[in-house]
Amino acid sequence: MSGLIFDRSRPGRHAGGLAPEVLESVDDLPATCLRKVPPALPEVSELDVVRHYTRLSQKNFSIDTHFYPLGSCTMKYNPRAANRFAMLEGFLSAHPLAPARFQQGFLECVFELQEILRAVTGMSAVVLSPMAGAQGEFAGIAMIRRYHASRGDPGRTEILVPDAAHGTNPASAIMGGFRVREVPTGPDGDVDLDALQKAVGPATAGIMLTNPSTLGVFERRIVEIASLVHGAGGLLYYDGANLNAILGRARPGDMRFDILHLNLHKTFSTPHGGGGPGAAALGVSARLEPFLPTPFAARDPAGGFCWIGAEGRPESIGRLSAFMGNAGVLLRAYAYARLLGRGGLRRVSTFAALNANYLARRLEAAGFELAFPERRASHECIVTLRREAREYGVTAMDFAKRLLDYGLHAPTTYFPMLIPECLLIEPTETESKETLDAFVEAMSRIRAEAATDPERVRGAPWTTPVRRLDDVRAAREPDLRWRPPGVGSAAET
Amino acid sequence: MSHDHPNDLLYTSSHEWVRREANGEITLGVTYHAQEALGDLVYAETYPVGKRLEAGDTCAVVESVKAASDVYAPVAGTLLAGNPVLAKTPEIINQDPYGEGWLVRIRMEAGSDLAGLLDAAAYERLLAEGH
Repeated sequence: MSGLIFDRSRPGRHAGGLAPEVLESVDDLPATCLRKVPPALPEVSELDVVRHYTRLSQKNFSIDTHFYPLGSCTMKYNPRAANRFAMLEGFLSAHPLAPARFQQGFLECVFELQEILRAVTGMSAVVLSPMAGAQGEFAGIAMIRRYHASRGDPGRTEILVPDAAHGTNPASAIMGGFRVREVPTGPDGDVDLDALQKAVGPATAGIMLTNPSTLGVFERRIVEIASLVHGAGGLLYYDGANLNAILGRARPGDMRFDILHLNLHKTFSTPHGGGGPGAAALGVSARLEPFLPTPFAARDPAGGFCWIGAEGRPESIGRLSAFMGNAGVLLRAYAYARLLGRGGLRRVSTFAALNANYLARRLEAAGFELAFPERRASHECIVTLRREAREYGVTAMDFAKRLLDYGLHAPTTYFPMLIPECLLIEPTETESKETLDAFVEAMSRIRAEAATDPERVRGAPWTTPVRRLDDVRAAREPDLRWRPPGVGSAAET
Repeated sequence: MSHDHPNDLLYTSSHEWVRREANGEITLGVTYHAQEALGDLVYAETYPVGKRLEAGDTCAVVESVKAASDVYAPVAGTLLAGNPVLAKTPEIINQDPYGEGWLVRIRMEAGSDLAGLLDAAAYERLLAEGH
């Protein structure tokens, strides 16, 4: 473990230490704006900085270096070509406040991406202003509220959420001022229709669904679900986190969803780097178009392309940010979609599903227990390690940590919570058969270790820059801020 | 396993336990099974004293290193008290789920009863079915 950049600090050291000193005058700044004490920045040479951050980057577990089968996250390879196109000089130099006539190239890309996503999802309209999936959900929920209010139906206070849902779904519903009513899952992994029938009613504003669900199976009775919820006057919200499974094969619009968000950093292969920047698309059926957030791109009647803003759209939920979304991320998603084309996008889901099902069957053949062995996996599959936990006292978390020693990023652990000791494994379409085989081999070897030398697994990881972290203490006593020695830390106060 | 789920308590399918107290009051917590499934608890919050609850309303939230989970009132009533030690020591729920790790005290609304709840044997059957 290398230290912090602050540990390398020496008084007076700075980048360009050999160059002639140039003093910049700041005499024209008002005295009230000047610091009394210089900020406590690390004083390091340029080479110190380069070495420090290069070493840190080499410690990364990333999709560029390792298999990364993090379920429900779609950690697929980000083609370099998409990055190259988004980095074209004309895009990098554009200013968001430039008049539309100087943004025509960018506007055309945004418009075409809207159209591509419209075709892929079967929705009536798509906008790209949400800055991340969570903001897309929040905007979708705001539109549900606005839709019912516009019909003079304010009594719809509940959003239905299956118990297998992503945690963001109930969180968005609560943030939007709704109550959440949980709908249970049946033993086959589908939503329990009887329970849904009892739950829908005049208070139902809508239901939030992921299809395929987080259980890694396709919701087979989606048409009945849509009829039930629509029949009760509610709307259907599609969480697009798992769109990779059905891309080019099935469309949420045809399943009669009214609103959806897509995580472009998942299905459309833009980087997840460091947790951001994300980007989401928001799609709606025709009856919800008046409520869409602004701005979005449109064809200009005079030729070319233009922004549609708030003017003339009194029912819009408004803006989601100062401008129109994460431009650089949208450009990468656009380039990705254009590179693959219609046929390529369809092959994405073909190979994502093939890889997940291959992995599921290989793991099953190796003696691991699938959560839904009788179901075909979508683009991800769930293994439950409850037998290993019972027999060897080695948990899903121990397996996950030990996988790091084998050079494999751990799958998602303990989600969904419905399945005990679970690993949610999403290989994505960009992995080879050899990589999938290596994963199965590592899992089998870890289980053999659990049987003969369980401490080897329970003590893992052994080879990473930091060993097992105390996540309980980190959650109970978060101490996130570095302070210079002597200034006082959270532990001292 | 019955020492994990005592016979003198009632249980819900959402893994709360309920103890009937005097004066139409109940004490509520999460079961041994629930705290074990959640793992180390790192946070617990009870809803404000005096809050009116319908059956099925959230009355507390518990959070572990694995997940955050709502705790539901099994009957309608008024929230009388939340366990004051949870804010500083949520791990008490892992250590003593039926004793020091209780969550809330509720006064049941007149006319509501606990007839729909499970006894220990029925709760353990539910667990055996994999719920």
